[in-house]
Amino acid sequence: MLKFLRNHYWNIGLGAMLALLLIFTKIIQPNYGISGLESLSRSALTFAFATAAQTVVVIAGGIDLSIASMMAVASVTAAVMMDGASEQYALLVVPFVLLVGLAMGAINGMLIVFSRVPDIVVTLAMLFVWEGVALMILKAPGGGSAEWVKGLLIGQVAIGWLPDGLTQWIPKALILLIVCLGAVWLPFRRSRFGLSVYAIGSSSLAAFRSGVAVNRTRIAAYSMAGLFAAMGGLVLTASTGIGAPIPGPYLLASVAAVVLGGVTLGGGRGGLLGPIIAVFILRLVRTDLALLSVDPNVTTIVEGTIMVVVVMAGGLIAVRASRK
Amino acid sequence: MNTLAKQSSGIGGALRRVVRDYPLVPLIVLLAALVVALEIMRPGIVNERWIANTIKFAIPLAMLAACQTLTMLTGGIDLSVGTAATVSAFVAATQLSTLGPTGAILVALIPPILIGIANGIGVGLFRVHPLIMTLGTGLIGTGCLQVYQRTVIASGSSVPDILAWLGTGLTGGVPNSLLLFVPLAVVIIVGLRRTGFGRLLYAIGENENAARLAGVRSWQVILALYALSGLIAGITGLLYLGLIKAPSLSLVEPRVLPSVAAAVIGGTSIFGGRGSYSGTIVGALILTVLATMLTIMQIPEGTRRILFGLIILVVTALYVRITQDS
Repeated sequence: MLKFLRNHYWNIGLGAMLALLLIFTKIIQPNYGISGLESLSRSALTFAFATAAQTVVVIAGGIDLSIASMMAVASVTAAVMMDGASEQYALLVVPFVLLVGLAMGAINGMLIVFSRVPDIVVTLAMLFVWEGVALMILKAPGGGSAEWVKGLLIGQVAIGWLPDGLTQWIPKALILLIVCLGAVWLPFRRSRFGLSVYAIGSSSLAAFRSGVAVNRTRIAAYSMAGLFAAMGGLVLTASTGIGAPIPGPYLLASVAAVVLGGVTLGGGRGGLLGPIIAVFILRLVRTDLALLSVDPNVTTIVEGTIMVVVVMAGGLIAVRASRK
Repeated sequence: MNTLAKQSSGIGGALRRVVRDYPLVPLIVLLAALVVALEIMRPGIVNERWIANTIKFAIPLAMLAACQTLTMLTGGIDLSVGTAATVSAFVAATQLSTLGPTGAILVALIPPILIGIANGIGVGLFRVHPLIMTLGTGLIGTGCLQVYQRTVIASGSSVPDILAWLGTGLTGGVPNSLLLFVPLAVVIIVGLRRTGFGRLLYAIGENENAARLAGVRSWQVILALYALSGLIAGITGLLYLGLIKAPSLSLVEPRVLPSVAAAVIGGTSIFGGRGSYSGTIVGALILTVLATMLTIMQIPEGTRRILFGLIILVVTALYVRITQDS
């Protein structure tokens, strides 16, 4: 039990913070309930996928500045293909877009490995490239989305063996998030590949000398980020019903959530749960400030300050630890 | 070193040595090639007016890239320059009516320095990753700017005459902004090569622990560096105000990533310890000429961005390949 606490203190702290924030929300807005939770999960969904993508890359010791642009490419691809097409056709579109995401991530990874240019420069360049690709596919917001894809995000799911009173508190968007992330993350964490990703993040030289195929692992990690980004793009199209070629504010938000979620920049440490809880905390802070009728511009200041204070505190802990 | 030099003999080796020892040469060749290509595409375009115009637009970019060069030398990066520059431009434009030109300009330079000091404290004392720290302060700065904009919406904005003269004016075909830029560039180039502060930047970028063991108070250097970066960004913002003449909340933000690109193309290593400001200046000129070229070819926006990204990638990849084996 103690060991569990010691290993997961960061996630537990984040969970407690989220719970406190939810209670606080309930106090300032007594009506906050089922619909509030649902809109919270829906708004957090795209950010959560962007954060998941960033998490994988950061754990592998890199950073990906092009995530928002890849999401834009996935979003417009889905919107253009589903526009006016039949509902069944969309069944093919979704896996195709996921493949596109994998391919985009693989291209990022291969460019980093083969050009030997620092990842931050490569993904900076690819930020422009993917943004351009998205604009080529669709010049202005448009396209469409199949109804069942949109339906994936709205409402609740009835789970047979649970009473309705309980399931109505669990939004469909949250279940979608857990299923999508879990389906990729849990096998990843238990596989040899997952271990390799953590290894190259900790020390790529040590990993190399222990027989890890560093380059191949790095490419695979970026592909996985591309896959998550494609999921984010699909969700973006599903929630708005159209495709948006201009990337949203996901880069900064994903980095903030990754850092707040206890994944150290530099790699090798942290998991997916922390960053995802962090996404919900950041979204809920935004909701609370809106409920308190604070100027939305002040919200930006508060978000930035939270992020800076968190990383400063993290830095202070790291400095203290290294002095001991 | 000696054996390496012997191994890389032949034309390729000679080329490699030239590039490594005189990194400016290939960059200037590339710039010249771009200008020649432009002249071939549209004969007669390369004239005095075009050159003056190109320099006019390259100067603020080169100044923003100065912030990136200086911080990259220590292994950092400053992504808050866009916000810092926009804030100073906005404050100068809105305070002109109450404080007069001198007062407005002086007041306008305070917020960017504060942003820089905040960055320096975070990076130097709390050891936060510069990328995160500067993104965060940039976000806070943008928020503050939006709130500030509400309070001054009535007072309106105008551009101080001196800034308009400096930003857009020509004297005998030469842009006036060179009056500001040449001294600044000389100070930075000489400062990096000849002064203790400049060498400390290289030392910290090369190996921070070694520098610290050698007695360098690295946090003081970093604090001063980021404050300086904020100040340069603030001055750049004033120049943009004079150049574009319409202060808006997104005045300089789109220029941030190109400024990083200019420093990277100019041969500054993003990991620190290597680079020069002269390379960055040529890098900024290359990017400006490139932008004109893509506009003239009437390439759609999407393709333009793709080409822009690919060019950054190709140039840096070539650069890494050529200089790596030293």
